Amino acid sequence: MPIEPVAQSLPGIARVAVDLPLLLDLPFREGYVWSIIYVSLYVSLTAVALSTLFSIPVAVVMGFTDFPGKQFVKSVINTGMGFPSVVVGLIVLFGVSNQGPLGALDLIFTKQAMIMSQFVLATPPITAISLAAITGVDESVRDAAHVLGGTRVDVALVVLKEARYGIATAILAGFGRAISEVGSVLIVGGNITGADGISKTRTLTTAIQLEARQGQYGTAMILGAVLVALVLAVNAVVIRLGDQGVHR
Amino acid sequence: MLIHRRRFVAALGAGAVASTAGCAGGSQEESGGGAGVAGETLTLTTTTSTYDTGLLDAIHGDFEEMYGVTVDAVAQGTGAALESARNGDSDVVMVHARGLEDEFLRNGYGVNRRDLMFNDFVIVGPESDPAGIQGMASATDALTAIADAQAPFVSRGDNSGTHTKELNLWEAAGTEPGGDWYQETGTGMGEALNVANQQGAYTLSDRGTFISQRSEIDLTILVQGPIEDGPEILANPYGIMAVNPGVHDNANYDLAMAYIGWITSPGVQESISEYQVNGEQLFFPRAVSENPDFQQYVPEGWSSDSSDE
Repeated sequence: MPIEPVAQSLPGIARVAVDLPLLLDLPFREGYVWSIIYVSLYVSLTAVALSTLFSIPVAVVMGFTDFPGKQFVKSVINTGMGFPSVVVGLIVLFGVSNQGPLGALDLIFTKQAMIMSQFVLATPPITAISLAAITGVDESVRDAAHVLGGTRVDVALVVLKEARYGIATAILAGFGRAISEVGSVLIVGGNITGADGISKTRTLTTAIQLEARQGQYGTAMILGAVLVALVLAVNAVVIRLGDQGVHR
Repeated sequence: MLIHRRRFVAALGAGAVASTAGCAGGSQEESGGGAGVAGETLTLTTTTSTYDTGLLDAIHGDFEEMYGVTVDAVAQGTGAALESARNGDSDVVMVHARGLEDEFLRNGYGVNRRDLMFNDFVIVGPESDPAGIQGMASATDALTAIADAQAPFVSRGDNSGTHTKELNLWEAAGTEPGGDWYQETGTGMGEALNVANQQGAYTLSDRGTFISQRSEIDLTILVQGPIEDGPEILANPYGIMAVNPGVHDNANYDLAMAYIGWITSPGVQESISEYQVNGEQLFFPRAVSENPDFQQYVPEGWSSDSSDE
């Protein structure tokens, strides 16, 4: 797959994250831990990016307009936040399986199928929390923007700017749900690693599950630590971006 | 800066869509067929026991190099592996439950079945052996003793080959397992061994997974399988089948047959017998024989007369 080499050029921080567990003499082949980190990040970040693209406009529209059935849509989104990931995995499996409507695309056991299921998982929290952040922006801010002669787009941009911390939280919540999720990626991805020890659809979570299945709780714990470190790092980066936004 | 961020997100999204499109296009090319198989992907659905023992990783490199292809091995357990193949989501299946394999063949989903290799099942339990089954020559007697003693027993409960074998054994023993002492974990073999280990329970395990995990757990073999002169009923034969391209025309039949030919060849059968974990042989090759057993190609009891049933 042509995407793989990109992984090799990730910055030094990621390298350290990979080399560190290897120093502990894990029973893995070279590149294994690194490749599952790559798959985890690739799948989750892509899914969250797509979810964000979808969710923010939806949240903006819902935050600025009233329409019949709005409360119903809201409760559907809130329900989606608690939707079990294995059920999402099953639904996506039916969709992408050879017998399903998307069967002709051959997506089963690929990263793309995993992205689809994580998109479904990440979208409700991102939409719901963004919506809460947008509706939480003080009315006076909207009024001021209107008074200053802003168009509807201008007003929306001002509100989005005010709500950026809430939206960042929303994206992080979606990312947290995506990267820590094991049920659906196991079903639609298949937890595949090539004979050369390079992951194709194995993520940190499914790798941990595999180690636990084999009773290798020690290595499972180390992979778990890598996962937690990764989530911390992504959170730090996003919060840092938010802070820089304020200073500008 | 908001716009920048949006652009960034949009670029990410566009990239993802582009890469998705690229992959879908690539796989369509594959199924279109062509002169060679190089660059194609073979999807193998299999059991946790072949995968978790490390056997497949140890031998697949050779096949991938020989044909310039990729093997995607999905470790699911026999029931799920056959179900994936039924849905047309895999090209070749390697499983260990002859009854389920035969049903799969009879229903037309699989063709060209070969006997591949075997090992055996063992009944393992705590050294204290509360049901007193150590050294019993009959697996069914041992299960009856466990049931009578109401000693804890961990079942896979996942429709895997091992679970199927266990249910067959209970049936043969004439005992309906149930009650507090009988626990279904719904997990792979390794996890079931861990659960049994934690609870000082008995369980049925394939020898391969037990050996590869023995150093981690305190359980011991109490009833041997046929490899160590135990009862024949504990034999654990693995079979391999291609998905019928007449049912699923997207199945990569060429490559599946190349794989079956390769893995049943004398050289690879030799590699399988040489594969060791903790100094012990896990699998015994069965595909190469001077006197082939033709029953391996068809469901048990099949004859051309009864093919219309």
